[in-house]
Amino acid sequence: MSRGQGWRRAIVLAAIAIACALPFLLSNFRLFQFTQVFIYAIALLGLNILTGFNGQISLGHGAFYALGAYTTAIMIDRWSVPYGWTIPVAGLLCLTAGFLFGIPALRLEGLYLALATFALALAVPQILKYFEHWTGGSQGIVLSKPGAPLGLTLSPDQWLYFVTLGVLILLFVLGANLLRGRTGRAIVAIRDNPIAAQAMGVNGALYKSLTFGVSAAYTGVAGALSALAIAFVAPDAFNVFLSITFLVGIVIGGLASISGAIFGGLFVQFVPNWAQEISKAAPWAIYGIFLIVFMYAMPRGIVGALRLAGARLARFRG
Amino acid sequence: MTRRTIVALALVAALGPLLFAGPAGAQWPGVTPTEIKIGNTNPYSGPASAYGTIGKALTAYFKKVNDEGGINGRKINFVTLDDGYSPPKTVEMVRRLVEQDQVAFVFQTLGTPTNSAIHKYLNEQKVPHLFVATGATKWGDPRNFPWTMGWQPTYQTEGHIYAQYVLKNVPNPKIGILYQNDDYGKDYVKGLKDGLGEAGRKLIVLEQSYEVTDPTIDSQIVNLKNSGANVFYNVTIPKFAVQAIKKSHDIGWKPLHLLNNVSASVDVVLKPAGLEASRDLITALYLKDPTDPQWKNDQGMKDWLAFMQKYYPEGNTKDAFNVYAYTVAQGLVHVLKQCGNDLSRENVMRQAANIKNLSLPLLLPGIKVNTGPTDFYPIEQEQLARFDGERWALFGEVHDAGKK
Repeated sequence: MSRGQGWRRAIVLAAIAIACALPFLLSNFRLFQFTQVFIYAIALLGLNILTGFNGQISLGHGAFYALGAYTTAIMIDRWSVPYGWTIPVAGLLCLTAGFLFGIPALRLEGLYLALATFALALAVPQILKYFEHWTGGSQGIVLSKPGAPLGLTLSPDQWLYFVTLGVLILLFVLGANLLRGRTGRAIVAIRDNPIAAQAMGVNGALYKSLTFGVSAAYTGVAGALSALAIAFVAPDAFNVFLSITFLVGIVIGGLASISGAIFGGLFVQFVPNWAQEISKAAPWAIYGIFLIVFMYAMPRGIVGALRLAGARLARFRG
Repeated sequence: MTRRTIVALALVAALGPLLFAGPAGAQWPGVTPTEIKIGNTNPYSGPASAYGTIGKALTAYFKKVNDEGGINGRKINFVTLDDGYSPPKTVEMVRRLVEQDQVAFVFQTLGTPTNSAIHKYLNEQKVPHLFVATGATKWGDPRNFPWTMGWQPTYQTEGHIYAQYVLKNVPNPKIGILYQNDDYGKDYVKGLKDGLGEAGRKLIVLEQSYEVTDPTIDSQIVNLKNSGANVFYNVTIPKFAVQAIKKSHDIGWKPLHLLNNVSASVDVVLKPAGLEASRDLITALYLKDPTDPQWKNDQGMKDWLAFMQKYYPEGNTKDAFNVYAYTVAQGLVHVLKQCGNDLSRENVMRQAANIKNLSLPLLLPGIKVNTGPTDFYPIEQEQLARFDGERWALFGEVHDAGKK
């Protein structure tokens, strides 16, 4: 094992240890916020697989997030399905939806794909209102927060935090295995040079559709978790701005980086709140300034900047 | 003095205030002898930011209250946060207000989906969720949600009033409806249909809807005219209300035009649509319209203008939302005064449910605020008005949905 890998493993283990300790140190409200960070991180990893690794821009991932959230909400509300089952179902449904959307999207490259997915994001709130019988229309669906299983003396917030953390770790490990292996190289090759990738025997169409499906599945699982954490779904929660927020999150965190999703999640969750603390009159102007400063200081995202700092440190030592 | 006694004394000194805190103060969250902390969310950004002025006007009003000495010696600390009209953000912000900022209660949170998202949470936490800013009907349900209370007349109440008017005054009514395709529009339509009753529903000849993102509603108006409707039930927000009034006038359609209260502002809607085109519109009102000339010399309106100039000079004095905010803030001040020195959450709720015949300066004459242990709808009265080309002329009796 090289020195770099050892370091990386140590950092990951330390991060997990800290994450496991947080529920016993922080208030329920702070835990709720960190649960949201993890949910965003899962969604961001999903989008990053598509946009960062595979080079397909999506402005419509809010739609898959909504699909996942509504799958969970409807299954719990209508059929009283135990919430644990609804998360994989939401993931599978979004996998299928993403794969199917990925097929026609093959004909669209770059900006054209961005526009097509943008249309998806625009349509979702209205579609949700149209199927009022299922979705509760603009009134939405109210859920109950799942409590900890018998025998565990955790508050619902602590329990949900651990559930989300567990799903996050599982999906990140799966994602890392997927992206660091043969499949990952094919996904990246398609981004970097589609013709060369085809010449090497990579089935571009299949890989692109599958990547779309996997990406949507991640985002759908995040949506399902968000429905549990918020205990409410309504069309107003899934407007176009959500999709843009995801894109901001992956760029700030670091494109084509797995750990970048965590930093992106932290940014998406906390920076709008700080902006509001600084100025109530123009919070989004402050947010905009944050964005510009981040992009100027760290053009390759937070992870890019950390890597650069790490490399400089190594050179300095070496 | 031995070391042990010193330690014991120090312990007592440290814990004493906790053990022996008097009945006033410490045990009520958000209340100190000098302050009451009140939480609120408003859409200062996002698609519904036009409502943000309500939060600003509330803040301004509480500043005025504080300048005048507060309530029973306590200043109001009004913590208002932006939720961008996004339910998940509302949940986060309200949890912050309750769990971190420890507010005494939550007041005037704005929007139907946003309030739905926190409805259960606040009732589980037993935090008063007072005078929510939405016209939906579900907020007055003390049996299932004893900590939540509405404020304004519900949209359904208003629809009911129009239905009664049509049934009583229009021979052979044929009703055409235009509504916004969301909870607000549907509540209005439901109110009308309930008011018409089973038999009366046949009187509706055509229902047309629009999305809030649509650019125009011209084709809907043409369809409604062609349906042969002689009553037009216009459930639209100001932008579309202007278009609807103008278009129906331009194509020569002259039905009995019932315009929902949401768009009854003279300056914001009727003037841009044309005062001539607006003649004979009918609406139901409960607040005084700041742009209606009949209130020019009204003392309440003069006081409101003075307040706006002093405490909220950047606010729009033509915007009825600022009248709304001023009035609901006065309603809250009344409740807090009535609480006396017991500001426990239970008593705040008890007093909110114990408002008797309260008149407020900007409510229409004769309209009173009333609540009770089983009546969580504070304002249930409205009066019909006809536009005479210059002002809303009130007519008929004050309708009271509370008297069934």
